[in-house]
Amino acid sequence: MHPSPLLKVAGLYKNFGGVQAIHDLSFDLARGELLGLIGPNGSGKTTAVNLITGFVKPTEGNIIYNGQNISGLPPYKIIRMGIARTFQMVKPFYQLPAYKNMIIPLYSPRVKKRVGGKYGDRDAVALDLLEEVGFERDAFVAYKSASVLPQGYLKRLELAKAIALQPDLIILDELFSGLSLAEVASIVPIIEKLRLEGKTIIMIEHRLKELFRIADRIIVLNYGEKIAEGFSNEVMESDAVKKAYLGAEA
Amino acid sequence: MRNAQLNSTDSKHRRKERIDRGIKARSSDIFALSSWREMLYLAAPRCIPIVGCLMLPLVLGIYWQKVLLSVAVFALLAISWDILEQSGMISLGQALFFGMGAYTAGVFNHYFGWPPFLTIPFASILGGLISTVILLPVLRLRGIYFSMVTLIIPLMLVRIVEATRIFGGTEGLSGITPLPSKWLELYLIVGALLGALFGFRRMMGSDYGLVLKAIRDNDRSVMNAGINVYWFKAQALFIASAIGAFAGAFMTHVYMFVGMPVFALDYSILPIAAAVVGGPGTLAGATLGAFILVPLSEILRGIGGLRIVIYGLFLVVFIVALPEGIFHYIQRKYHQFERWVEV
Amino acid sequence: MFIGTVLYAVVNSVILALLAIGFNLTFGISGVANFAYGALYIMSAYLSWMLLNLLELPFLLAAVISILITTLCGALMYRFVLLRVRGQALSEVIATFGIGLAILELFRYLGFVGFEYTLPVLIDHSFVIFGAYIDMQRILIVIVGAVLVIFLWLFTHHTSIGLAFRGIAQDERTALSLGINSDRIATLSVSFGAGLAAIAATIIIPLGSISPSEGYDVLIKALAVCIIGGLGSTGGVIVASFVIGFAERFTDSYISSHWTMIVSLAAILIVLTIKPSGLFGKQKELEERI
Ligand SMILES: Nc1ncnc2c1ncn2[C@@H]1O[C@H](COP(=O)(O)OP(=O)(O)O)[C@@H](O)[C@H]1O
Ligand SMILES: [Mg+2]
Repeated sequence: MHPSPLLKVAGLYKNFGGVQAIHDLSFDLARGELLGLIGPNGSGKTTAVNLITGFVKPTEGNIIYNGQNISGLPPYKIIRMGIARTFQMVKPFYQLPAYKNMIIPLYSPRVKKRVGGKYGDRDAVALDLLEEVGFERDAFVAYKSASVLPQGYLKRLELAKAIALQPDLIILDELFSGLSLAEVASIVPIIEKLRLEGKTIIMIEHRLKELFRIADRIIVLNYGEKIAEGFSNEVMESDAVKKAYLGAEA
Repeated sequence: MRNAQLNSTDSKHRRKERIDRGIKARSSDIFALSSWREMLYLAAPRCIPIVGCLMLPLVLGIYWQKVLLSVAVFALLAISWDILEQSGMISLGQALFFGMGAYTAGVFNHYFGWPPFLTIPFASILGGLISTVILLPVLRLRGIYFSMVTLIIPLMLVRIVEATRIFGGTEGLSGITPLPSKWLELYLIVGALLGALFGFRRMMGSDYGLVLKAIRDNDRSVMNAGINVYWFKAQALFIASAIGAFAGAFMTHVYMFVGMPVFALDYSILPIAAAVVGGPGTLAGATLGAFILVPLSEILRGIGGLRIVIYGLFLVVFIVALPEGIFHYIQRKYHQFERWVEV
Repeated sequence: MFIGTVLYAVVNSVILALLAIGFNLTFGISGVANFAYGALYIMSAYLSWMLLNLLELPFLLAAVISILITTLCGALMYRFVLLRVRGQALSEVIATFGIGLAILELFRYLGFVGFEYTLPVLIDHSFVIFGAYIDMQRILIVIVGAVLVIFLWLFTHHTSIGLAFRGIAQDERTALSLGINSDRIATLSVSFGAGLAAIAATIIIPLGSISPSEGYDVLIKALAVCIIGGLGSTGGVIVASFVIGFAERFTDSYISSHWTMIVSLAAILIVLTIKPSGLFGKQKELEERI
């Protein structure tokens, strides 16, 4: 057991009107770990991410990050502390070229100084980051307007925006959904590289096969409750999980 | 760089194709400048307004000099509106900023005897600050709350001045110190306009401006970069209201008077009309709009109140039929040519 | 004095609610902020006036015709202007604002200003209630206000159009997938809002006179009530009307009429600072889906 977890979620509840989106969720996340968060649609995965990143305020419960209680803080403060997330529904600035989309995270107070404030400098960093996530520099993909880029590139852009924040914890919300097998296969190495750099990662995925290959641990949500937790394959053996998945997808 | 676009008004078999002029492609890369023609191509759009604005006071008669002065004032208000619009705040009350600046300058000159060169900068900042603080709570809300609140606050302030007889009440404050000379007056406001136009255009084109525009399009994504959206919106609001307050403070010293009319609807409507007709989103469009509408309304002085009816209709027609405005149209003609191609 | 003040405060509150309810209905359903609202109010009053004095129709008939015409104008405004700019906040605000401006200033230009421009009271009679004088028109206003609110409630809860209204207001995408035509509903919402403005004008104008500047006043009051109550919430509109209505009358009676506007402005600023989305606003509670 690690002495101090990077993230500790304790007794988290969230109700939207009558809907219990999250019900008594608790878990720890150690530094450097890759946690997979799975569950049927509407089980509260995105809400859990929104709670951790402050986009939604918890009804009850605590979120401790790096020893600090961050529950109820506004998103910008939480993100400055080193948590970055991607959105399930990517909404880039369509009229701008891809690399200009990167300016927003690079303007973040968290990295602004490190990137260097001079005009033009940021563009270069943006292009480097985009190359890392697979925007081929020779083909000038990064210069194309986001409105003409296929979904695969938009998802990569979303990932690059999170990486640009130089976070300690990255939360990826269904990064692979809507992508082809080949596209997923080309993004997996990028995530593995992030792990080698020591980043802690939470992945929300429906592509279980790919997830089980890289995840250290899996948490299964159903109706906002944690119904199982453990190593990848063990989790799927549990009766509750079988029932939740078969019940929801049959 | 081909920019083909279907033209819906014409037959199905032809379409209009827009192609960048060769000179644009060549001169958009600064190292490729090789001929005077290309340099001129780049410099003309910037030099013509500067030289024009600086020459105009010399060639105009006294009456049209006054018109130029009010063109510049309304252009500043329109620029202020456009900065807000680009940051996602649709103001229906530029008169709030104008009036705050006007009253601040008037009060400090009338009661404390401050000279214009102190009151104008001071009123720009204080007037801008007061307006920003009043509107600060609204920044947290999306959508049209900002428009609603900016529309009603100046109209309410008029009644409050009237009812409480504060700062001269309905009579206003007269006997305000004028600026030392007519020439200084003209060149001060024209200089301020040029400075604001080019300075803030540059600002909106920088990464800072990109963040402001991003907040308008998708604030969630900006928050997700650890940027405090409210703080940035407040900054944009302060910049815009300080510009408006400057215009108001200046006019107080020109009229040597400040009173309830500074909160009038005219100061809200004409700038919006100018920005919409000229084309929002470029600041240059807003300025161009003021250069068209203000003289036009001088020419149309004879028809009195019908002018405002026409502004109202202009707003509707332009926003529905020509939402890009005149400036975009000119810009496109300058950079691209069009031809019909068979499909 | 106190009873009289309370009585007039109630009337004042109902007037505010009548002025705001149409604007709020339109916004609550289709998200259109109709800045031409005050102009539609004044337009319907002038229409009644013209039908009454130029065509010499009986007042009730004139009122009904002008309410119908105004309702139709709302629908036309949506079909021919707003539909083309649907969903773009900037364009919707500017277009409705421009239309309102053009209507009001046109009447001003045509010289429709003066005390002769008013509508007759329905029943010319007054009472003494608890020692306070009150005329029949004011009582009528309270009755119409109460009837309208009840009617609107029944309408939105028990008729199919009303339920569709509520469906769109709550979740446009789901409503669309259930086959509710959002453009038709939005057209209806703008035209109903306009009709409500016209009804309010018919009943309220007899207390004063018709003038273009009254159009701006009506818009200010409607906006103030909606800001304090929370846009799109009918309960909020009613509560906010009573808050402002009572505050205004009591300042008027016990402090000075000069202070009524300050009270409203202060109320707006205080509410905005403490709860920006208004007393009953749903903006904060319904967090955006991400
Ligand atoms: N902003 C919101 N307002 C109301 N209900 C919401 C909101 N966000 C999510 N929900 C509800 O919470 C539940 C969980 O949703 P979500 O977290 O998006 O699930 P998942 O990401 O696992 O598919 C769903 O029933 C959803 O309808
Ligand atoms: Mg989800």
